[in-house]
Amino acid sequence: MSQTKFSTHPTSDKVYYIISGFILTFILIAVSYPLIYVLSASFSSGNAVSSGQVLLWPVDFSLEGYEAVFKNKDIVRAYGNTFLYTILGTLVNVSVVMTCAYALSRPGLKGRGGFMFLFTFTMFFSGGLIPFYILMKDLHLINTMWAMVLPGALSVYNMIIARTFIQSSIPGELIEATSIDGCSDARFFFSFVLPLSKAVIAVITLFSAVGHWNAYFNALMYLNDRSLYPLQIILREILIMNQVDVSMIMDPELQVAKAQAAAVLKYSLIVVATVPILCVYPFIQKYFVKGVMIGSLKG
Amino acid sequence: MPSWQLYLFLIPATVYIIIFAYVPMAGVQIAFKNFNFNLGIWGSEWIGLDNFRRFFDSYQFTTLIWNTISLSVYSLLISFPLPILFALVLNSFTGLKFKKIVQSVSYMPHFISTVVIVGMLVQLFNPRTGAFGALYTYFSGELLADAFANPGAFQHLYVWSGIWQGIGWSSIIYIAALSSVDEHLHEAAQIDGASRLQRVRHIDFPSILPTATIMLILAVGNIMEVGFEKVFLMQNELNISKSEVISTYVYKVGLTIGSGDFSFATAIGLFNSLINFVLLIMVNYAAKKFSNTSLW
Repeated sequence: MSQTKFSTHPTSDKVYYIISGFILTFILIAVSYPLIYVLSASFSSGNAVSSGQVLLWPVDFSLEGYEAVFKNKDIVRAYGNTFLYTILGTLVNVSVVMTCAYALSRPGLKGRGGFMFLFTFTMFFSGGLIPFYILMKDLHLINTMWAMVLPGALSVYNMIIARTFIQSSIPGELIEATSIDGCSDARFFFSFVLPLSKAVIAVITLFSAVGHWNAYFNALMYLNDRSLYPLQIILREILIMNQVDVSMIMDPELQVAKAQAAAVLKYSLIVVATVPILCVYPFIQKYFVKGVMIGSLKG
Repeated sequence: MPSWQLYLFLIPATVYIIIFAYVPMAGVQIAFKNFNFNLGIWGSEWIGLDNFRRFFDSYQFTTLIWNTISLSVYSLLISFPLPILFALVLNSFTGLKFKKIVQSVSYMPHFISTVVIVGMLVQLFNPRTGAFGALYTYFSGELLADAFANPGAFQHLYVWSGIWQGIGWSSIIYIAALSSVDEHLHEAAQIDGASRLQRVRHIDFPSILPTATIMLILAVGNIMEVGFEKVFLMQNELNISKSEVISTYVYKVGLTIGSGDFSFATAIGLFNSLINFVLLIMVNYAAKKFSNTSLW
Protein backbone atom coordinates (compact mmCIF):
# COMPACT_ATOMS: atom_id res chain seq x y z
CA MET A 1 0.00 0.00 0.00
CA SER A 2 2.93 2.29 0.45
CA GLN A 3 3.08 2.69 -3.32
CA THR A 4 -0.16 4.67 -3.60
CA LYS A 5 0.23 8.06 -5.19
CA PHE A 6 0.65 11.06 -2.95
CA SER A 7 -2.13 13.01 -4.66
CA THR A 8 -4.75 10.46 -3.63
CA HIS A 9 -4.01 10.80 0.06
CA PRO A 10 -5.93 13.89 0.95
CA THR A 11 -9.13 12.19 -0.24
CA SER A 12 -8.57 9.01 1.71
CA ASP A 13 -7.66 11.05 4.75
CA LYS A 14 -10.79 13.11 4.28
CA VAL A 15 -12.87 9.95 4.33
CA TYR A 16 -11.04 8.87 7.45
CA TYR A 17 -11.74 12.17 9.18
CA ILE A 18 -15.39 12.15 8.19
CA ILE A 19 -15.88 8.66 9.52
CA SER A 20 -14.04 9.35 12.76
CA GLY A 21 -16.00 12.59 13.12
CA PHE A 22 -19.19 10.55 12.90
CA ILE A 23 -17.95 8.04 15.45
CA LEU A 24 -16.94 10.73 17.91
CA THR A 25 -20.18 12.63 17.44
CA PHE A 26 -22.12 9.43 18.04
CA ILE A 27 -20.20 8.76 21.25
CA LEU A 28 -20.70 12.35 22.35
CA ILE A 29 -24.45 12.10 21.86
CA ALA A 30 -24.74 8.62 23.34
CA VAL A 31 -22.87 9.59 26.49
CA SER A 32 -24.45 12.98 27.01
CA TYR A 33 -28.06 12.23 26.10
CA PRO A 34 -28.94 10.32 29.30
CA LEU A 35 -27.24 13.04 31.35
CA ILE A 36 -29.12 15.83 29.61
CA TYR A 37 -32.35 13.90 29.86
CA VAL A 38 -31.99 13.40 33.62
CA LEU A 39 -31.21 17.08 34.08
CA SER A 40 -34.17 18.14 31.94
CA ALA A 41 -36.55 15.75 33.65
CA SER A 42 -35.46 17.05 37.04
CA PHE A 43 -36.56 20.55 36.04
CA SER A 44 -39.86 19.44 34.53
CA SER A 45 -43.25 19.12 36.12
CA GLY A 46 -44.36 15.83 37.64
CA ASN A 47 -47.13 15.59 35.13
CA ALA A 48 -44.79 15.96 32.14
CA VAL A 49 -42.33 13.36 33.48
CA SER A 50 -44.85 10.72 34.43
CA SER A 51 -46.65 10.96 31.10
CA GLY A 52 -43.41 10.61 29.14
CA GLN A 53 -43.47 14.04 27.51
CA VAL A 54 -39.88 14.89 28.32
CA LEU A 55 -37.58 13.83 25.50
CA LEU A 56 -34.74 16.32 25.53
CA TRP A 57 -35.48 19.71 27.10
CA PRO A 58 -37.48 20.44 30.26
CA VAL A 59 -41.22 20.43 29.68
CA ASP A 60 -43.37 22.69 31.81
CA PHE A 61 -40.44 24.03 33.86
CA SER A 62 -40.80 23.50 37.58
CA LEU A 63 -38.75 22.98 40.72
CA GLU A 64 -41.18 20.65 42.47
CA GLY A 65 -38.73 17.75 42.26
CA TYR A 66 -36.07 19.70 44.11
CA GLU A 67 -38.57 20.94 46.67
CA ALA A 68 -39.57 17.35 47.29
CA VAL A 69 -35.94 16.27 47.69
CA PHE A 70 -35.19 18.89 50.30
CA LYS A 71 -38.40 18.27 52.18
CA ASN A 72 -37.55 14.60 52.64
CA LYS A 73 -35.88 14.26 56.04
CA ASP A 74 -34.23 10.92 55.19
CA ILE A 75 -32.52 12.41 52.17
CA VAL A 76 -31.31 15.52 53.95
CA ARG A 77 -29.88 13.56 56.87
CA ALA A 78 -28.23 11.01 54.57
CA TYR A 79 -26.76 13.87 52.56
CA GLY A 80 -25.18 15.26 55.72
CA ASN A 81 -23.84 11.83 56.68
CA THR A 82 -22.30 11.37 53.26
CA PHE A 83 -20.57 14.75 53.50
CA LEU A 84 -19.15 13.78 56.87
CA TYR A 85 -17.96 10.34 55.72
CA THR A 86 -16.45 11.81 52.58
CA ILE A 87 -14.48 14.55 54.33
CA LEU A 88 -13.29 12.33 57.17
CA GLY A 89 -12.56 9.37 54.95
CA THR A 90 -10.67 11.41 52.38
CA LEU A 91 -8.59 13.05 55.10
CA VAL A 92 -7.65 9.64 56.50
CA ASN A 93 -6.91 8.22 53.04
CA VAL A 94 -4.70 11.05 51.91
CA SER A 95 -2.72 11.20 55.17
CA VAL A 96 -2.09 7.47 55.28
CA VAL A 97 -1.22 7.28 51.59
CA MET A 98 1.13 10.28 51.54
CA THR A 99 3.09 9.42 54.70
CA CYS A 100 3.53 5.84 53.54
CA ALA A 101 4.42 6.85 49.99
CA TYR A 102 6.99 9.37 51.19
CA ALA A 103 8.74 6.89 53.48
CA LEU A 104 8.81 4.23 50.78
CA SER A 105 10.13 6.69 48.20
CA ARG A 106 13.41 7.07 50.07
CA PRO A 107 15.98 4.72 48.56
CA GLY A 108 18.04 4.53 51.74
CA LEU A 109 15.21 3.18 53.86
CA LYS A 110 16.15 -0.20 55.31
CA GLY A 111 13.59 -2.91 54.70
CA ARG A 112 11.99 -0.96 51.88
CA GLY A 113 11.59 -4.02 49.66
CA GLY A 114 9.97 -5.93 52.48
CA PHE A 115 7.46 -3.18 53.14
CA MET A 116 6.67 -2.86 49.44
CA PHE A 117 5.99 -6.58 49.25
CA LEU A 118 3.80 -6.43 52.34
CA PHE A 119 1.67 -3.78 50.66
CA THR A 120 1.54 -4.99 47.06
CA PHE A 121 0.76 -8.56 48.10
CA THR A 122 -2.61 -7.37 49.33
CA MET A 123 -3.48 -6.25 45.80
CA PHE A 124 -3.59 -9.87 44.67
CA PHE A 125 -4.87 -11.68 47.74
CA SER A 126 -7.58 -10.85 50.18
CA GLY A 127 -9.57 -12.71 52.77
CA GLY A 128 -12.83 -12.05 51.01
CA LEU A 129 -16.17 -10.86 52.22
CA ILE A 130 -16.89 -13.05 55.21
CA PRO A 131 -13.54 -12.92 57.07
CA PHE A 132 -13.63 -9.14 56.62
CA TYR A 133 -17.10 -9.03 58.07
CA ILE A 134 -15.97 -11.07 61.09
CA LEU A 135 -13.07 -8.65 61.56
CA MET A 136 -15.40 -5.65 61.50
CA LYS A 137 -17.59 -7.37 64.05
CA ASP A 138 -14.66 -8.25 66.30
CA LEU A 139 -13.44 -4.66 66.18
CA HIS A 140 -16.94 -3.45 67.11
CA LEU A 141 -17.05 -1.22 64.06
CA ILE A 142 -20.47 -2.43 62.94
CA ASN A 143 -23.04 0.31 63.16
CA THR A 144 -20.54 3.09 63.69
CA MET A 145 -19.48 5.77 61.27
CA TRP A 146 -15.99 4.25 61.26
CA ALA A 147 -17.40 1.39 59.22
CA MET A 148 -17.67 3.96 56.44
CA VAL A 149 -14.31 5.61 57.03
CA LEU A 150 -11.77 2.93 57.91
CA PRO A 151 -12.16 0.09 55.37
CA GLY A 152 -10.01 1.07 52.43
CA ALA A 153 -8.06 3.70 54.40
CA LEU A 154 -4.98 2.71 52.45
CA SER A 155 -5.35 2.25 48.74
CA VAL A 156 -2.16 0.48 47.71
CA TYR A 157 -2.72 1.56 44.12
CA ASN A 158 -2.86 5.24 45.10
CA MET A 159 0.14 4.76 47.34
CA ILE A 160 2.17 3.42 44.42
CA ILE A 161 1.08 6.36 42.24
CA ALA A 162 2.15 8.80 44.96
CA ARG A 163 5.43 7.03 45.64
CA THR A 164 6.38 7.00 41.97
CA PHE A 165 5.42 10.65 41.69
CA ILE A 166 7.57 11.68 44.66
CA GLN A 167 10.49 9.62 43.39
CA SER A 168 10.38 11.04 39.92
CA SER A 169 9.59 14.67 40.67
CA ILE A 170 11.54 15.47 43.85
CA PRO A 171 15.28 15.33 43.24
CA GLY A 172 17.44 13.43 45.70
CA GLU A 173 19.87 16.36 45.81
CA LEU A 174 17.19 18.43 47.48
CA ILE A 175 17.00 15.97 50.37
CA GLU A 176 20.77 15.88 50.71
CA ALA A 177 21.11 19.64 50.58
CA THR A 178 18.42 20.25 53.17
CA SER A 179 19.63 17.50 55.48
CA ILE A 180 23.07 19.12 55.53
CA ASP A 181 21.30 22.28 56.66
CA GLY A 182 19.82 20.25 59.52
CA CYS A 183 16.37 19.60 58.09
CA SER A 184 14.77 16.48 59.56
CA ASP A 185 12.86 13.93 57.46
CA ALA A 186 9.59 15.01 58.98
CA ARG A 187 10.20 18.67 58.26
CA PHE A 188 11.29 17.84 54.75
CA PHE A 189 8.00 16.05 54.24
CA PHE A 190 5.88 18.95 55.40
CA SER A 191 7.81 21.81 53.86
CA PHE A 192 8.98 20.25 50.60
CA VAL A 193 7.25 16.99 49.70
CA LEU A 194 3.68 18.06 50.35
CA PRO A 195 3.89 21.42 48.52
CA LEU A 196 5.68 19.83 45.57
CA SER A 197 3.20 16.95 45.32
CA LYS A 198 0.10 19.06 44.81
CA ALA A 199 -0.76 17.36 41.52
CA VAL A 200 -0.72 13.86 42.89
CA ILE A 201 -2.45 14.90 46.12
CA ALA A 202 -5.21 16.45 44.03
CA VAL A 203 -5.72 13.25 42.08
CA ILE A 204 -5.71 11.04 45.19
CA THR A 205 -8.06 13.40 46.96
CA LEU A 206 -10.47 13.23 44.04
CA PHE A 207 -10.29 9.43 43.78
CA SER A 208 -10.84 9.02 47.52
CA ALA A 209 -13.59 11.57 47.68
CA VAL A 210 -15.44 9.99 44.76
CA GLY A 211 -15.06 6.59 46.39
CA HIS A 212 -16.48 7.77 49.71
CA TRP A 213 -19.23 9.82 48.13
CA ASN A 214 -20.36 6.85 46.08
CA ALA A 215 -19.78 4.21 48.78
CA TYR A 216 -22.71 1.91 49.09
CA PHE A 217 -21.46 -1.56 49.84
CA ASN A 218 -19.97 -0.86 53.29
CA ALA A 219 -23.17 0.77 54.39
CA LEU A 220 -25.19 -2.19 53.16
CA MET A 221 -22.95 -4.58 55.08
CA TYR A 222 -22.09 -2.77 58.26
CA LEU A 223 -24.84 -0.28 59.02
CA ASN A 224 -28.39 -0.99 60.09
CA ASP A 225 -29.11 2.17 62.02
CA ARG A 226 -31.11 4.43 59.71
CA SER A 227 -29.71 7.60 61.21
CA LEU A 228 -26.24 6.59 60.03
CA TYR A 229 -27.25 5.77 56.46
CA PRO A 230 -25.30 7.50 53.72
CA LEU A 231 -26.97 8.95 50.65
CA GLN A 232 -26.39 5.94 48.41
CA ILE A 233 -28.49 3.63 50.60
CA ILE A 234 -31.40 6.07 50.51
CA LEU A 235 -30.87 6.43 46.76
CA ARG A 236 -31.20 2.70 46.36
CA GLU A 237 -34.44 2.63 48.33
CA ILE A 238 -35.96 5.40 46.25
CA LEU A 239 -34.49 4.86 42.79
CA ILE A 240 -34.27 1.10 42.58
CA MET A 241 -36.55 -0.39 45.20
CA ASN A 242 -39.12 2.30 44.55
CA GLN A 243 -39.83 2.98 48.19
CA VAL A 244 -40.77 6.60 48.19
CA ASP A 245 -42.46 7.66 51.35
CA VAL A 246 -44.81 10.05 49.63
CA SER A 247 -46.32 11.30 52.85
CA MET A 248 -42.98 12.93 53.59
CA ILE A 249 -42.72 14.55 50.22
CA MET A 250 -45.68 16.82 49.74
CA ASP A 251 -48.17 18.89 51.62
CA PRO A 252 -51.49 17.15 52.25
CA GLU A 253 -53.41 19.36 49.83
CA LEU A 254 -51.27 18.11 47.00
CA GLN A 255 -52.17 14.47 47.54
CA VAL A 256 -53.26 13.97 43.95
CA ALA A 257 -49.87 14.93 42.64
CA LYS A 258 -48.01 12.47 44.84
CA ALA A 259 -47.28 9.79 42.30
CA GLN A 260 -46.17 12.39 39.79
CA ALA A 261 -44.06 14.10 42.39
CA ALA A 262 -42.37 10.78 43.12
CA ALA A 263 -41.42 10.52 39.47
CA VAL A 264 -39.68 13.93 39.30
CA LEU A 265 -38.22 13.46 42.75
CA LYS A 266 -36.14 10.60 41.38
CA TYR A 267 -34.57 12.70 38.66
CA SER A 268 -33.94 15.65 40.96
CA LEU A 269 -32.42 13.27 43.46
CA ILE A 270 -30.02 11.89 40.86
CA VAL A 271 -28.92 15.43 40.05
CA VAL A 272 -28.54 16.44 43.69
CA ALA A 273 -26.56 13.29 44.46
CA THR A 274 -24.23 13.59 41.48
CA VAL A 275 -23.58 17.30 41.01
CA PRO A 276 -21.14 17.80 43.93
CA ILE A 277 -18.71 15.26 42.46
CA LEU A 278 -19.10 16.48 38.88
CA CYS A 279 -18.38 20.01 40.11
CA VAL A 280 -15.01 19.04 41.53
CA TYR A 281 -13.69 17.11 38.63
CA PRO A 282 -13.09 19.81 35.97
CA PHE A 283 -10.60 21.43 38.34
CA ILE A 284 -8.62 18.26 38.69
CA GLN A 285 -9.07 16.94 35.17
CA LYS A 286 -5.72 18.26 33.97
CA TYR A 287 -3.93 15.99 36.45
CA PHE A 288 -5.74 12.80 35.40
CA VAL A 289 -3.64 11.74 32.49
CA LYS A 290 -0.44 12.38 34.38
CA GLY A 291 -1.63 10.59 37.50
CA VAL A 292 -3.01 7.60 35.67
CA MET A 293 0.07 7.31 33.49
CA ILE A 294 2.53 7.42 36.36
CA GLY A 295 0.52 4.92 38.34
CA SER A 296 -0.07 2.38 35.66
CA LEU A 297 2.94 2.43 33.43
CA LYS A 298 5.76 2.79 35.89
CA GLY A 299 4.10 1.34 38.99
CA MET B 1 20.85 8.52 56.09
CA PRO B 2 17.11 8.20 56.64
CA SER B 3 16.01 8.55 60.22
CA TRP B 4 13.58 6.93 62.64
CA GLN B 5 11.04 9.54 61.57
CA LEU B 6 10.54 7.68 58.31
CA TYR B 7 9.57 4.55 60.21
CA LEU B 8 7.14 6.65 62.19
CA PHE B 9 5.59 7.65 58.87
CA LEU B 10 5.21 3.99 57.95
CA ILE B 11 3.35 3.05 61.12
CA PRO B 12 -0.22 4.09 60.17
CA ALA B 13 -0.15 2.31 56.82
CA THR B 14 1.53 -0.81 58.19
CA VAL B 15 -0.80 -1.16 61.16
CA TYR B 16 -3.75 -0.61 58.87
CA ILE B 17 -2.66 -3.17 56.30
CA ILE B 18 -1.91 -5.83 58.92
CA ILE B 19 -5.27 -5.43 60.61
CA PHE B 20 -7.47 -4.90 57.58
CA ALA B 21 -5.73 -7.11 55.02
CA TYR B 22 -3.67 -9.77 56.76
CA VAL B 23 -6.02 -10.61 59.63
CA PRO B 24 -8.87 -11.35 57.17
CA MET B 25 -6.44 -13.41 55.09
CA ALA B 26 -5.77 -15.57 58.12
CA GLY B 27 -9.52 -15.75 58.57
CA VAL B 28 -9.84 -17.63 55.28
CA GLN B 29 -9.21 -20.82 57.24
CA ILE B 30 -12.88 -20.90 58.22
CA ALA B 31 -13.52 -22.18 54.70
CA PHE B 32 -12.11 -25.47 56.01
CA LYS B 33 -13.85 -25.28 59.34
CA ASN B 34 -17.29 -25.42 60.78
CA PHE B 35 -17.36 -21.84 62.01
CA ASN B 36 -18.93 -21.34 65.37
CA PHE B 37 -19.24 -17.82 66.74
CA ASN B 38 -18.61 -18.85 70.33
CA LEU B 39 -15.42 -20.71 69.49
CA GLY B 40 -14.13 -18.02 67.10
CA ILE B 41 -12.01 -18.41 63.98
CA TRP B 42 -9.16 -20.28 65.64
CA GLY B 43 -11.27 -22.43 67.95
CA SER B 44 -13.75 -23.80 65.42
CA GLU B 45 -13.50 -27.41 64.35
CA TRP B 46 -11.69 -28.44 61.14
CA ILE B 47 -13.83 -30.25 58.62
CA GLY B 48 -11.52 -30.39 55.62
CA LEU B 49 -13.04 -29.86 52.20
CA ASP B 50 -16.66 -30.50 53.16
CA ASN B 51 -17.75 -26.94 52.40
CA PHE B 52 -16.24 -27.15 48.93
CA ARG B 53 -17.84 -30.50 48.24
CA ARG B 54 -21.17 -29.14 49.31
CA PHE B 55 -20.80 -26.29 46.82
CA PHE B 56 -19.76 -28.53 43.91
CA ASP B 57 -22.70 -30.82 44.59
CA SER B 58 -25.27 -28.06 44.97
CA TYR B 59 -27.82 -27.71 42.22
CA GLN B 60 -26.86 -24.06 41.73
CA PHE B 61 -23.21 -24.75 41.02
CA THR B 62 -23.45 -24.92 37.21
CA THR B 63 -25.79 -21.94 36.92
CA LEU B 64 -23.61 -19.77 39.13
CA ILE B 65 -20.41 -20.61 37.29
CA TRP B 66 -22.05 -20.16 33.93
CA ASN B 67 -23.65 -16.83 34.84
CA THR B 68 -20.41 -15.53 36.30
CA ILE B 69 -18.23 -16.59 33.39
CA SER B 70 -20.59 -15.64 30.58
CA LEU B 71 -21.25 -12.20 32.07
CA SER B 72 -17.59 -11.41 32.54
CA VAL B 73 -16.45 -12.81 29.20
CA TYR B 74 -19.17 -10.86 27.40
CA SER B 75 -18.17 -7.79 29.35
CA LEU B 76 -14.50 -8.27 28.60
CA LEU B 77 -15.03 -8.84 24.89
CA ILE B 78 -16.87 -5.52 24.62
CA SER B 79 -15.23 -3.35 27.25
CA PHE B 80 -11.64 -4.21 26.45
CA PRO B 81 -11.39 -3.30 22.73
CA LEU B 82 -13.82 -0.37 22.60
CA PRO B 83 -11.79 2.05 24.75
CA ILE B 84 -8.74 1.24 22.60
CA LEU B 85 -10.64 2.04 19.42
CA PHE B 86 -12.04 5.17 21.01
CA ALA B 87 -8.56 6.32 22.03
CA LEU B 88 -7.15 5.67 18.56
CA VAL B 89 -9.95 7.52 16.80
CA LEU B 90 -9.91 10.40 19.24
CA ASN B 91 -6.15 10.74 19.09
CA SER B 92 -6.03 10.82 15.31
CA PHE B 93 -8.84 13.34 14.88
CA THR B 94 -7.95 16.88 13.88
CA GLY B 95 -10.38 19.27 15.58
CA LEU B 96 -8.66 20.08 18.86
CA LYS B 97 -11.61 21.78 20.52
CA PHE B 98 -14.06 19.08 19.55
CA LYS B 99 -11.64 16.45 20.82
CA LYS B 100 -11.45 18.16 24.21
CA ILE B 101 -15.23 18.30 24.49
CA VAL B 102 -15.69 14.65 23.57
CA GLN B 103 -12.99 13.65 26.02
CA SER B 104 -14.34 15.66 28.95
CA VAL B 105 -17.90 14.49 28.41
CA SER B 106 -16.87 10.87 28.06
CA TYR B 107 -15.10 10.90 31.47
CA MET B 108 -18.10 12.18 33.32
CA PRO B 109 -20.17 9.03 33.81
CA HIS B 110 -17.20 7.38 35.53
CA PHE B 111 -17.86 9.58 38.56
CA ILE B 112 -21.48 8.61 38.91
CA SER B 113 -22.16 6.04 41.60
CA THR B 114 -23.28 2.52 40.77
CA VAL B 115 -26.52 3.10 42.63
CA VAL B 116 -27.30 6.11 40.48
CA ILE B 117 -26.29 4.29 37.29
CA VAL B 118 -28.66 1.43 38.05
CA GLY B 119 -31.28 3.92 39.17
CA MET B 120 -30.93 5.73 35.87
CA LEU B 121 -31.25 2.45 33.98
CA VAL B 122 -34.45 1.67 35.84
CA GLN B 123 -35.85 5.14 35.16
CA LEU B 124 -34.73 5.51 31.55
CA PHE B 125 -35.93 2.08 30.50
CA ASN B 126 -39.28 2.48 32.16
CA PRO B 127 -41.71 1.69 29.33
CA ARG B 128 -44.06 4.55 30.18
CA THR B 129 -42.09 7.36 31.75
CA GLY B 130 -38.46 6.75 30.82
CA ALA B 131 -36.56 8.44 28.01
CA PHE B 132 -35.99 5.25 26.05
CA GLY B 133 -39.53 4.11 26.71
CA ALA B 134 -40.84 7.44 25.50
CA LEU B 135 -38.56 7.47 22.44
CA TYR B 136 -39.55 3.92 21.58
CA THR B 137 -43.22 4.79 21.79
CA TYR B 138 -42.60 7.98 19.82
CA PHE B 139 -41.06 6.13 16.88
CA SER B 140 -42.88 2.78 16.90
CA GLY B 141 -46.17 3.66 18.53
CA GLU B 142 -45.80 0.64 20.79
CA LEU B 143 -44.87 0.18 24.42
CA LEU B 144 -41.27 -0.85 25.17
CA ALA B 145 -40.95 -4.25 26.87
CA ASP B 146 -39.85 -4.03 30.50
CA ALA B 147 -36.11 -4.72 30.35
CA PHE B 148 -35.75 -5.46 34.04
CA ALA B 149 -38.39 -8.16 33.91
CA ASN B 150 -36.59 -10.00 31.13
CA PRO B 151 -33.72 -12.32 32.18
CA GLY B 152 -32.40 -12.30 28.61
CA ALA B 153 -31.87 -8.54 28.71
CA PHE B 154 -29.89 -8.53 31.94
CA GLN B 155 -26.45 -9.16 30.46
CA HIS B 156 -26.91 -6.62 27.67
CA LEU B 157 -28.07 -3.94 30.08
CA TYR B 158 -25.16 -4.72 32.37
CA VAL B 159 -22.47 -4.68 29.70
CA TRP B 160 -23.65 -1.74 27.62
CA SER B 161 -24.36 0.50 30.57
CA GLY B 162 -20.82 -0.39 31.64
CA ILE B 163 -19.54 0.81 28.28
CA TRP B 164 -21.53 4.00 28.62
CA GLN B 165 -20.00 4.59 32.01
CA GLY B 166 -16.46 3.47 31.34
CA ILE B 167 -15.43 4.03 27.74
CA GLY B 168 -13.98 7.48 28.33
CA TRP B 169 -12.24 6.70 31.55
CA SER B 170 -10.75 3.41 30.37
CA SER B 171 -9.36 5.15 27.32
CA ILE B 172 -7.29 7.61 29.39
CA ILE B 173 -4.42 5.24 29.77
CA TYR B 174 -4.26 4.62 26.02
CA ILE B 175 -4.53 8.33 25.28
CA ALA B 176 -1.65 8.87 27.68
CA ALA B 177 0.39 6.21 25.90
CA LEU B 178 -0.46 7.71 22.50
CA SER B 179 0.68 11.15 23.59
CA SER B 180 4.21 9.83 23.91
CA VAL B 181 4.39 8.53 20.34
CA ASP B 182 7.26 10.18 18.50
CA GLU B 183 5.96 12.78 16.02
CA HIS B 184 8.88 12.06 13.66
CA LEU B 185 7.47 8.61 13.01
CA HIS B 186 4.28 10.18 11.71
CA GLU B 187 6.16 12.72 9.63
CA ALA B 188 8.36 10.08 8.08
CA ALA B 189 5.38 7.87 7.31
CA GLN B 190 3.56 10.80 5.75
CA ILE B 191 6.48 11.50 3.46
CA ASP B 192 6.45 7.84 2.47
CA GLY B 193 2.82 8.32 1.52
CA ALA B 194 1.02 6.61 4.37
CA SER B 195 -2.61 7.60 4.84
CA ARG B 196 -4.01 8.61 8.21
CA LEU B 197 -5.61 5.21 8.63
CA GLN B 198 -2.35 3.46 7.79
CA ARG B 199 -0.50 5.56 10.30
CA VAL B 200 -3.05 4.69 12.99
CA ARG B 201 -2.67 1.02 12.14
CA HIS B 202 1.08 0.85 11.81
CA ILE B 203 2.30 3.54 14.22
CA ASP B 204 -0.34 4.33 16.85
CA PHE B 205 -1.69 0.85 17.35
CA PRO B 206 1.64 -0.93 17.87
CA SER B 207 2.73 1.79 20.27
CA ILE B 208 -0.10 1.11 22.69
CA LEU B 209 0.10 -2.66 22.39
CA PRO B 210 2.27 -3.18 25.50
CA THR B 211 -0.16 -1.11 27.59
CA ALA B 212 -3.07 -3.03 26.12
CA THR B 213 -1.41 -6.34 26.96
CA ILE B 214 -1.00 -5.37 30.61
CA MET B 215 -4.61 -4.21 30.75
CA LEU B 216 -5.73 -7.47 29.21
CA ILE B 217 -3.78 -9.54 31.73
CA LEU B 218 -5.31 -7.60 34.58
CA ALA B 219 -8.78 -7.90 33.09
CA VAL B 220 -8.55 -11.63 32.55
CA GLY B 221 -7.10 -12.03 36.03
CA ASN B 222 -10.27 -10.46 37.36
CA ILE B 223 -12.64 -12.36 35.16
CA MET B 224 -14.45 -14.07 38.02
CA GLU B 225 -14.76 -10.83 39.96
CA VAL B 226 -17.89 -9.54 38.33
CA GLY B 227 -18.70 -6.27 40.05
CA PHE B 228 -20.80 -7.30 43.00
CA GLU B 229 -22.45 -3.94 43.50
CA LYS B 230 -23.90 -3.46 40.07
CA VAL B 231 -25.11 -7.02 39.64
CA PHE B 232 -26.63 -6.97 43.10
CA LEU B 233 -28.40 -3.68 42.43
CA MET B 234 -29.72 -4.79 39.05
CA GLN B 235 -31.02 -8.06 40.41
CA ASN B 236 -34.67 -8.80 40.98
CA GLU B 237 -36.84 -11.90 41.25
CA LEU B 238 -37.63 -11.76 37.56
CA ASN B 239 -34.08 -11.81 36.24
CA ILE B 240 -32.41 -13.85 38.99
CA SER B 241 -31.96 -16.89 36.73
CA LYS B 242 -29.39 -14.91 34.74
CA SER B 243 -28.20 -12.44 37.34
CA GLU B 244 -27.15 -14.64 40.23
CA VAL B 245 -23.35 -14.73 40.18
CA ILE B 246 -20.86 -16.15 42.65
CA SER B 247 -20.28 -12.91 44.54
CA THR B 248 -23.97 -12.17 45.04
CA TYR B 249 -24.51 -15.77 46.11
CA VAL B 250 -21.69 -15.54 48.67
CA TYR B 251 -23.31 -12.44 50.11
CA LYS B 252 -26.67 -14.12 50.36
CA VAL B 253 -25.39 -17.36 51.83
CA GLY B 254 -23.12 -15.63 54.30
CA LEU B 255 -24.72 -12.42 55.35
CA THR B 256 -28.41 -12.33 54.65
CA ILE B 257 -30.44 -12.63 57.78
CA GLY B 258 -31.54 -16.18 58.39
CA SER B 259 -28.70 -17.96 56.65
CA GLY B 260 -25.34 -16.77 57.96
CA ASP B 261 -23.38 -19.81 56.84
CA PHE B 262 -19.98 -18.15 57.18
CA SER B 263 -17.82 -21.17 56.40
CA PHE B 264 -19.75 -22.20 53.32
CA ALA B 265 -19.75 -18.65 51.95
CA THR B 266 -16.02 -18.26 52.56
CA ALA B 267 -15.34 -21.54 50.77
CA ILE B 268 -17.24 -20.32 47.70
CA GLY B 269 -15.41 -17.00 47.78
CA LEU B 270 -12.08 -18.78 48.09
CA PHE B 271 -12.90 -21.08 45.19
CA ASN B 272 -13.70 -17.97 43.14
CA SER B 273 -10.41 -16.21 43.94
CA LEU B 274 -8.52 -19.42 43.24
CA ILE B 275 -9.87 -19.58 39.68
CA ASN B 276 -9.02 -15.90 39.29
CA PHE B 277 -5.50 -16.42 40.43
CA VAL B 278 -4.93 -19.40 38.17
CA LEU B 279 -6.25 -17.39 35.22
CA LEU B 280 -3.96 -14.49 36.08
CA ILE B 281 -0.93 -16.75 36.11
CA MET B 282 -1.93 -18.45 32.87
CA VAL B 283 -2.55 -15.22 30.97
CA ASN B 284 0.59 -13.65 32.32
CA TYR B 285 2.55 -16.68 31.17
CA ALA B 286 0.99 -16.57 27.72
CA ALA B 287 1.62 -12.84 27.37
CA LYS B 288 5.24 -13.27 28.35
CA LYS B 289 5.64 -16.01 25.83
CA PHE B 290 3.97 -14.28 22.88
CA SER B 291 4.65 -10.60 23.39
CA ASN B 292 7.32 -10.27 26.04
CA THR B 293 5.04 -8.17 28.20
CA SER B 294 4.10 -9.38 31.63
CA LEU B 295 3.19 -8.27 35.10
CA TRP B 296 6.21 -9.91 36.72
